[in-house]
Amino acid sequence: MSETIVRVAEGPGLVLAGFDGEPLTGLAAYRAVGGYDQLEKARAQDPQAVIQELIESNLRGRGGAFFPTGRKASFIPTPDKIAKPIYITVNADESEPGTFKDREIMLKVPHRLIEGCLIAAHAIQSRHTYIYIRGEYSQEYEVLQAALDEAREAGLLAGVEIVIHRGAGAYICGEETALLESLEGKRGQPRSKPPFPAISGVYAAPTLINNVESITTIPPVLAIGPADYAKIGAPPDSTGTRLFCLSGNVERPGVYEAPHGITVRHLVDDIGGGLPDGHTLKAVMMGGSSFPVMTPDDLDTPLDADSLGKKGYFIGSGVVTVIDERSCMVQFALRVAQFYMHESCGKCTPCRVGTRWLVQLLRAVEDGAARESDFDLMLDVCDRIIGKCLCVLGDSAAMPVASCVTKFRDEFRAHLEHGGCPFGADSQLAGLFAPVDQHPHTAAPEEASA
Amino acid sequence: MPAPKRGMTSFYDEVQEIRTRYPEGTRSAILPALRLAQERHGGWLSRRAFEEVADALDLTPAYCYSIASFYDMLHLDPVGAHTIEVCTNVCCGLVNAQAVLDAFERELGVGPGETTEDGAITLRAVECLGGCSTPTIVAVDHRYRQSVTPEDVAAIVEELRERE
Repeated sequence: MSETIVRVAEGPGLVLAGFDGEPLTGLAAYRAVGGYDQLEKARAQDPQAVIQELIESNLRGRGGAFFPTGRKASFIPTPDKIAKPIYITVNADESEPGTFKDREIMLKVPHRLIEGCLIAAHAIQSRHTYIYIRGEYSQEYEVLQAALDEAREAGLLAGVEIVIHRGAGAYICGEETALLESLEGKRGQPRSKPPFPAISGVYAAPTLINNVESITTIPPVLAIGPADYAKIGAPPDSTGTRLFCLSGNVERPGVYEAPHGITVRHLVDDIGGGLPDGHTLKAVMMGGSSFPVMTPDDLDTPLDADSLGKKGYFIGSGVVTVIDERSCMVQFALRVAQFYMHESCGKCTPCRVGTRWLVQLLRAVEDGAARESDFDLMLDVCDRIIGKCLCVLGDSAAMPVASCVTKFRDEFRAHLEHGGCPFGADSQLAGLFAPVDQHPHTAAPEEASA
Repeated sequence: MPAPKRGMTSFYDEVQEIRTRYPEGTRSAILPALRLAQERHGGWLSRRAFEEVADALDLTPAYCYSIASFYDMLHLDPVGAHTIEVCTNVCCGLVNAQAVLDAFERELGVGPGETTEDGAITLRAVECLGGCSTPTIVAVDHRYRQSVTPEDVAAIVEELRERE
């Protein structure tokens, strides 16, 4: 059972600085590579100056929305302006299909995440941090908790309290306001915005919410300086490096740190070793399963927000999942839609009902029972979801489905002509079971245990 | 925070300790409390478990149930002594997830969402577990196994059957 490949593939190692295969879980090991030096430096600075450095670096959120991290911090009122505690919540609810980088950060460089939290706490003058970690991450929780205990014992927290809060299995809790609801002990259903979390977040107090990778990038930004950081990658908007999550039908899947701006082809072919067994690339799940799929003609697109955006793609959480010619794109779209149907929190009708419609229509296509007009009906359903809900979960179902219907219409049509899926059992995704179809547990019969 | 002392403190006392991590008057301790109750009650939340959580948090059992029913990891029906959870999202699916799930179904004689007749093992299909570069990911009693193939399945089941 193989280990995950985690390494710096190109450019400077920043998030993974000092990591060379041996996890930097111990405080001494992290200290030996300059760990907590930036915290000390930051604490000697005026909080506003730290925020200014983050703004200058143009570090942007790595959770998917790509919002400028420094600007977000600048929206938090200073303690003299508000008579409430100020909170930081770290979004470690990594659940976007294809994303597995935050998990590796917590396993390999947990102290860098803690150092980032403490620097952010100094910058916005907060004394309370909650790290909301997805419930399924047991080992990750233990490693991070051990690192936190060690940092606390070493006196590094200096009055800042960091609490690791474990989720309990809900993709929607990665949405920032759903996360806040969940943290408050409620069902994880998104809130209406405004007010934004910077003004009214957890416990109705100002709250800074950042993804694990964003927070973990703060110490290296300060270490090399914001001006130099802003030159790395694809400035001005996509600065620095990020952890790309390469998976699917590729020879060497893994977490690769590389600067923004490398091309998808370079990541897949050179860093990832190309496709196995002479297979050919058919599509890329780009950014995560929530976004339009990429077709082979766009493989030379640089992995930065602007270049991708011009072609209708998103960088998301840095996901690049390779799909080869064996897979049926109707099955892909169906499985993606089933995921969102399962994860819809049910609060907004277009998402709750629309995702179900998409699953039904896609299943009909897969079974050869649909009509040509159903393709446009699917696009119409997508239109009626996108932008019409409190959060983007519904959009996240609609965008990939719409892109499959549009870009692979011939393949969809072939299902109708063939009276079913033309790929048969050759597609790896054939008959892929989805948890949304799972029956409730059947209780163990009393007599069996007697 | 000190690690939970199993069997040494009562559930009530342990929940009171958890409550200190959050501001007074908030309900934030409910997820950790529900997880702990589930652990103490054989992996699922019985009526009695909800009553204990409600009592420890000054909430109603109905409120606690309304929270538990939202989250996939909190179970409202009995489960087996062990759980096997197979990721069947697309990244694992592109490699061999369905074949792995099929192999577990054959080995255990139950389908996803079901428990073996002797109450030993619950099989479940789950959404992306965040281990996409080493498919298929299988969580065995909540510990990830990476790069699981159908050939590994019999040994995993045997290992679980030997545990206790």
